[in-house]
Amino acid sequence: MAGDAPDGDAAAERRQLTVRALARVEGEGRLDVAVRNGSVESAQLNIYEPPRFFEAFLRGRDFREPPDLTSRICGICPVAYQVSACNALEQACGASVDRRVVELRRLLYCGEWIASHALHIYFLHAPDFLGAPDSVALARSQRGAVERGLALKKAGNAILETVGGRPIHPVNVRVGGFYRAPTRTDLAPLAETLRRALDDAIETVRWVAGFEFPDVRLESTLMALHHPERYAIEDGDIRTSGGGGFPVADFDDHVVEYHVPHSTALHARLDGERYLTGPLARYTLHHEQLSATAREAATAAGLDTECRNPFRSIVVRAVEVVYAVDEALRLIEAYERPEPPATPVTARAAVGRGVSEAPRGLLYHRYHLAANGLIESANIVPPTAQNQDAIEADLADRIGEHLDLDDAALTALCERTIRNHDPCISCATHFLDLRVVRR
Amino acid sequence: MPEPFPPSKPTLAVWKFASCDGCQLSLLDCEDELLAVAGSMQIAHFLEMSSASVDGPYDLSLVEGSITTAADVERIHRIRDDSARLVTIGACATAGGVQALRNFGDVAEFADVVYASPQYIDTLGTSTPISAHVPVDFELRGCPIDRRQLIEVITAFLAGRTPNIPNTSVCTECKRRGLTCVMVADGTPCLGPVTHAGCGALCPAHSRGCYGCFGPTPDPNIASLAGWLRRCGMDEEAVGRVFSTFNVAAPGFEEGRRHGR
Repeated sequence: MAGDAPDGDAAAERRQLTVRALARVEGEGRLDVAVRNGSVESAQLNIYEPPRFFEAFLRGRDFREPPDLTSRICGICPVAYQVSACNALEQACGASVDRRVVELRRLLYCGEWIASHALHIYFLHAPDFLGAPDSVALARSQRGAVERGLALKKAGNAILETVGGRPIHPVNVRVGGFYRAPTRTDLAPLAETLRRALDDAIETVRWVAGFEFPDVRLESTLMALHHPERYAIEDGDIRTSGGGGFPVADFDDHVVEYHVPHSTALHARLDGERYLTGPLARYTLHHEQLSATAREAATAAGLDTECRNPFRSIVVRAVEVVYAVDEALRLIEAYERPEPPATPVTARAAVGRGVSEAPRGLLYHRYHLAANGLIESANIVPPTAQNQDAIEADLADRIGEHLDLDDAALTALCERTIRNHDPCISCATHFLDLRVVRR
Repeated sequence: MPEPFPPSKPTLAVWKFASCDGCQLSLLDCEDELLAVAGSMQIAHFLEMSSASVDGPYDLSLVEGSITTAADVERIHRIRDDSARLVTIGACATAGGVQALRNFGDVAEFADVVYASPQYIDTLGTSTPISAHVPVDFELRGCPIDRRQLIEVITAFLAGRTPNIPNTSVCTECKRRGLTCVMVADGTPCLGPVTHAGCGALCPAHSRGCYGCFGPTPDPNIASLAGWLRRCGMDEEAVGRVFSTFNVAAPGFEEGRRHGR
């Protein structure tokens, strides 16, 4: 893009900024911005993820392997990969999973929501609102808040450890259920931890509600899973903010991935339109399904029936932590140990599709199985690929409103804008080069 | 034994190459120790955690991820030059990670399968560990690493001593926990006898066989274990696949990977 800039006098208007690395996200990105006649011509989030080829090497693997293999796509949300994979493979094989297994999976997933959201709120996002470079610096002025964040994250990790074996890449998840189901006695100490965590979670909502939020509105279509009985986490059909919706089986008819030169991450469109998944979408579409405690916390924090301000996503995440803690307590209270811990699943030649709500958005898996149980092809559509167009549109809007800012301030605003969306890029290096070409 | 660090606060840098972020997240998952670590070291460069970064040299660099691009080859040399001590964390950095499955296939074909426009993709045909490119002072294994072991490694480097990380197999941890052997008792295939200790025998404790995420022990007897895996009902292809995961390119698992090929 820099090469397109005109020479001579016009070149004097061209600004090329090479800035410090984009921090407090998972992954590497650079932003290319072109400005013409005082308006933003393009804003491209360039994701440098070195390809790891998961979909290619899943071919020829046994249908029982994806939960372990695909969890390695992301260390921040491995449970999302395990659950979407299980949903897809169980659907392919026509297996109906025990209700008690579904509940235990939801408990495990609540652990991931709590741990991942607490990480994002306290370590990645809050420093933006409080003028600190990181949580350690923040701890000098707000030690209690950072300790609360650590305790909350630890409570989420305690669920992951008790149900899944360890917080990162849990070992206990399998197609059909679990290898070993915990006993009620195993779960009892979690309830103690979570009752304290509920207070911390409610306090977190109060804390972030006091931050200062720029007044912006994101117009992209919102898309989230919907479950008739509960706030969708581990399964559901698809709903959109336009009142539309479709079953997961039709996902490929509506969501189309495409490849652009500026990014190794694929982009996706919903019926040709850009769209956003994640906490803003979930809250706006389904906030009435939150628990009473979470709804009260949301109302007290000033959230309305929809939230389209990406800066306020930190409040929505905090409300979702209240919900996840509440829900985990309910699931532990009602827990019945599944016996056996997994439904037997027999492979057949079929296609299976599975979804779930990763903390940062909807995650879709599709597998083609051969009759011998080996995978013929795999397709994985992660939240960041789906959200990338909406993030770029959001960036273009923010830049367009703030062209008067100097380079450092504009760059900081762009970084905040990206972090608002909690992109999980999981890639090699983290360099964000902001290049503004004005012509 | 390494020299102790200078009496002033030593500097810590955390770097990432091709990986999932999970091993550096292990440091943030040390909820009880994180603020103490931050108090005893200056966290000079850790992008997942902080937007403040200072230039090297660094006293201790932790490196996550494998080398998969030409630019990364250059970058790891710069990091090595800037680091008094360099410790790799996790299976990607110590063995090439799960993405090293490309080493035994055709990367151009892989790119065709995954990407609509593979010409936009710039990647090497291999995924290699950090030690293939620069000298490494210590390798901490695991996919992911164990956070207690990470604290031990950081503490040891701060104190100027060798980290106390056992070099034995998962079986020793399993016995110490008093678990019943899943392979002997239930006929469940298990890589415990040839897998490096470190996880605390997590999988046998959850009634499943070890799947080798900590990589091979020194001198693993693959031939003997393969016989046991077959007796547990695995065919040759399945035996090859269980060695072809997160440590597929680790030299000790090579013999296992060749089964069924």
